[in-house]
Amino acid sequence: MVNLKINNIPVAVEEGTTILDAARKLNFRIPTLCYHPDLSIAGNCRVCVVEVKGARLLAAACATPVADGMEVMTNSEKVRSARKHVVELLLSEHNADCTKCIKNGKCELQELASEYRIGDHVFLDLVKEECKIADISSPAIAKDDSKCIRCQRCVRTCSELQNVNALAVIAKGDHQHIGTFLDKPMHEVVCTNCGQCINRCPTAALSERTYIDQVWDAINDPEKHVVVQTAPAVRIALGEELGFDPGVRVTGKMVAALRNLGFNSVLDTDFTADLTIMEEGTELLTRLKLALVDKKEDVALPMFTSCSPGWIKYIEHMYPTLLNNLSTCKSPQQMFGSLAKTYYPQKKGIDPKNIYSVSIMPCTAKKFECERPEMRDSGYQDVDVVLTTRELAMMIKQAGIDFMKLEDQKCDSLMGDSTGAAVIFGATGGVMEAAIRTAYEIVTGREIPFENLNITPVRGMEGVKEASLKIEGCVPDWSFLEGAELKVAIAHGLANAKILMDAVRDGKAAYHFIEVMACPGGCLGGGGQPIPTSLEIRQKRTEAIYAEDEGMPVRKSHENPEITQIYEEFLGKPLGHKSHELLHTHYKKRERY
Amino acid sequence: MSNTEILIKELVEKHGKCRNSLMPVLQGIVAKERFLSEEAMKKVAEFMDISAADVYGTASFYTFLDTVPRGRNVIRVCQTISCDMAGKDEIINAIEAALKIKVGETTHDGNFSLLKANCMGWCHEGPVMLINDDVYTKLTPQTALEALEKYVVSTNN
Amino acid sequence: MSTKKVDIIFDAGCAIIDVLDKGLAMSKDEVINEIINSGLKGRGGAGFPTGLKWKFAASEQSDKKYIICNADEGEPGTFKDREILTKVPEKVFVGMALCSYAVGAEEGYIYLRGEYNYLLKDLQPKIDIFNNQMQQRGHKFIIKVKSGSGAYVCGEETSLMESMEGKRGEPRNKPPFPTVAGYNGKPTVINNVETLVYTTMIIRMGSNDFKALGTADSSGSKVFSVSGDTPNAGIFELELGMKLNEFVEEWGDGDTKAVQVGGASGHCVPRKNFDKTIIGFEGIPTGGSMMIFNSSRSMYNVLKNYLEFFVEESCGQCTPCRVGCQQLLKGIEAIKKGEKSPAYLEDLKKLAESMKIAAKCGLGQSVANPFISIADNFKEEIIY
Repeated sequence: MVNLKINNIPVAVEEGTTILDAARKLNFRIPTLCYHPDLSIAGNCRVCVVEVKGARLLAAACATPVADGMEVMTNSEKVRSARKHVVELLLSEHNADCTKCIKNGKCELQELASEYRIGDHVFLDLVKEECKIADISSPAIAKDDSKCIRCQRCVRTCSELQNVNALAVIAKGDHQHIGTFLDKPMHEVVCTNCGQCINRCPTAALSERTYIDQVWDAINDPEKHVVVQTAPAVRIALGEELGFDPGVRVTGKMVAALRNLGFNSVLDTDFTADLTIMEEGTELLTRLKLALVDKKEDVALPMFTSCSPGWIKYIEHMYPTLLNNLSTCKSPQQMFGSLAKTYYPQKKGIDPKNIYSVSIMPCTAKKFECERPEMRDSGYQDVDVVLTTRELAMMIKQAGIDFMKLEDQKCDSLMGDSTGAAVIFGATGGVMEAAIRTAYEIVTGREIPFENLNITPVRGMEGVKEASLKIEGCVPDWSFLEGAELKVAIAHGLANAKILMDAVRDGKAAYHFIEVMACPGGCLGGGGQPIPTSLEIRQKRTEAIYAEDEGMPVRKSHENPEITQIYEEFLGKPLGHKSHELLHTHYKKRERY
Repeated sequence: MSNTEILIKELVEKHGKCRNSLMPVLQGIVAKERFLSEEAMKKVAEFMDISAADVYGTASFYTFLDTVPRGRNVIRVCQTISCDMAGKDEIINAIEAALKIKVGETTHDGNFSLLKANCMGWCHEGPVMLINDDVYTKLTPQTALEALEKYVVSTNN
Repeated sequence: MSTKKVDIIFDAGCAIIDVLDKGLAMSKDEVINEIINSGLKGRGGAGFPTGLKWKFAASEQSDKKYIICNADEGEPGTFKDREILTKVPEKVFVGMALCSYAVGAEEGYIYLRGEYNYLLKDLQPKIDIFNNQMQQRGHKFIIKVKSGSGAYVCGEETSLMESMEGKRGEPRNKPPFPTVAGYNGKPTVINNVETLVYTTMIIRMGSNDFKALGTADSSGSKVFSVSGDTPNAGIFELELGMKLNEFVEEWGDGDTKAVQVGGASGHCVPRKNFDKTIIGFEGIPTGGSMMIFNSSRSMYNVLKNYLEFFVEESCGQCTPCRVGCQQLLKGIEAIKKGEKSPAYLEDLKKLAESMKIAAKCGLGQSVANPFISIADNFKEEIIY
């Protein structure tokens, strides 16, 4: 243990603790900007500087380990003055058009500016005119350099968590900025649209492209029948934007709010999550049969999940030789989209051209996904617009809805039914768990032998998880799997996906099925989720997801009554002709550099 | 394979694939091609397994690792205090007039680029300039232009 | 009184390789103790005691250690390292080898600034010969060269290591210090070119003879790079501890109004303080740049030139330096143009004070030196 004093109060902390963490232990808050709990230490914004007795220089609290006998002052005259200068300097290169800014009221720099009472700008305005035009080339992510304070959280996110490295620090001195390869527009580079950089940007230098106005227009258009789907991870995080603590489930209030907003039909992505399990599970079993029974050699195993569009774009850029290993299943959002303009209008007697399909997602990559040319199998753009959890919260606020006081409501029927298996799609390992719950039962005719259906080995925040399952007592159709050991792996965060993909590429991974989610924690940690994010917050959201699962009357995808119905009335059978046409897709190789 | 690709392959083989070799590889390209083209940076990224943005970000940090096209010969006139006091402006004016370009530009025939640079460590013998890796000290407008002559000849070969 | 010229660095009167053999015949501790006893402090400008640095690195347990010779001489007004590497490179190599012996390193690097690429033609063959000599002595140590590519900040030791690792030359957080985790994360001694020559010469002459030169706080001598308004520009080795007026008497042109001691990042001393200013660690420590300005010079232009330099050469990662340098430059321009009131200079000085204590590395911290010393002593030239 190391003994030191902070603001004259003694404290003992473990060796290696930073001054910042030691101060937090004593409930002294030291402001930070470049620091983020998910990332390595940069120590470059200098807003966390503190005075250490006897030292000539101020120390960056985030980057300086404590030492025995150290006497730290977190709020001395020197500290206050330097800190205020730092904030003033940052403001002088920041386009402070706060009232027009998407982060107004949620900006870490704005908060510090108000804390330090920075009124009139002392220093000269350094914002370069050419920076004031944001890069909105990407359908998912807007990059506004005039808001950037060069904390490099985005660069570290893109590299350390995601291993995408689309963003880098460019040039030096007064030309230093955050940019892409040759400063190309975002849509031309290897960006996966995961939006993790947005979640960690202290200002609005990186933000989602917002489409709220298009949705209001559609709602207000009497010609349009506006359907809305909501992803499982939205309902366990939306509350954070509307006054609830992390980990509070607001499913019923969310449905009520959506109805209040004027959507014609409030439906559920969970429905197509269940459908995904039917299709993807069947696809996996088919591939296994081809490999094990028909002894085909070119069967692409392990099979990879395909729900996460950030992951899809990543593999298209980085591992194009493994594209055949991806399940051909569209993501639940896109399955929903193609059905919303085929099955749904057919059943409801609506002209599909009048359907306007809105999707509420924890995700920014979904904004890119819905615009992919492959996603028009209904004859229209299957999903018209994707809003993030944050954007939905903004709409709810705009509409003046008192969210906290809303009475719970339920989704509309037809594509509104959901199961616990679908809900857990929102957490890392969830697709795997849902798939196993169903596949095991198909193959053996029995429920999965885990207490309460909770397949705990695939759960949790470990970056790469592995599990295996011995299959015994198969029903006759699947007897070729008798005694087989199903090996699965799960990765969340693309840096972890890289570990698995390298192993698969090098032939060192004897798995059958791999789940990958682009974002840390899975969709619950998605790029469209409420800000801030941290491991602690993601864990709370995870608990909420599993609680939601346990509370559902039906917890296996194949038992969703609407799933049975759609196969009977419309699709025929999993992997059938109609499924292929509407629910499956293909991928394309993209440039890596 | 393009010449650039062959060059990079050789450089990576010579210096090794690890990140520590990035500088010598980039320096080797610039020595031959005077700047890092988009193709060159992409190939470096590919051969060394570094992201293209990272290659660009690293290169753009260093004044001598240009990422915009440059002429066959790069003139860098020192702009820092001693050379400034010793009359660097006259040198620049003379070169600009002779080559009919401004600082930052490249001649039409692609033979010269004229740039300014920071202190080159010849403060007692300014004004000073580098042409590629050759240093010229105690310049007068006349000696500066004479120095350029050598590089005009070399392109006729 | 006059300055005391010394001839140690460029002294050709000994076989350098004999010094190596003398050092290798001593115990490791003896070598380190000689350097500690000599009182030698780093000659790059920061002035950390060299022997202690070696001792720290020697005490680290590690499978690998490195010796780096910092030849990224970029401080405006400094050109001694180029001269040393041209005239007596073997003394540098021996210094590196002695250090490697003392701390237990097998690899050494000379990080040579890109602006000095032309030195390599002569330097590399000499390194090859030296490496051979090392091999013949059965001492495992090899020197390699890594080149910079035009980045002043890479003279900062940790950014130099980042650059050697193929990255942007952005300074690291300290601690850990290089002697604990330096190049490739391994214990590393990084010394300036001139410092390494002095270590060689201390082993040759004995620490007591070295210590007899200079003063108690600033033992030994130092190579000065003299430029600006002087009839006698060039490289001179002088005892430390001289008064600035002694220096000006000898090198000034009779009309000296200020001397910038220590390069762009150093201090500007006005005529009225020449007799009060000691050149050395008890006064103004310096990497050796002495830039002389006579009364024909505008100190506004001088300061502006320095700030333009820093604006371009800041690595850009930390706020005080990246933005602060721009504000200081634009600020004095605005005052000059009358867009800001003269009182704004006081705001800028306060900003410089903050940069001095809050910037991440020596570059940003030292911009305050020229700014405050020029703004204080030549206020009229800036305001009007």
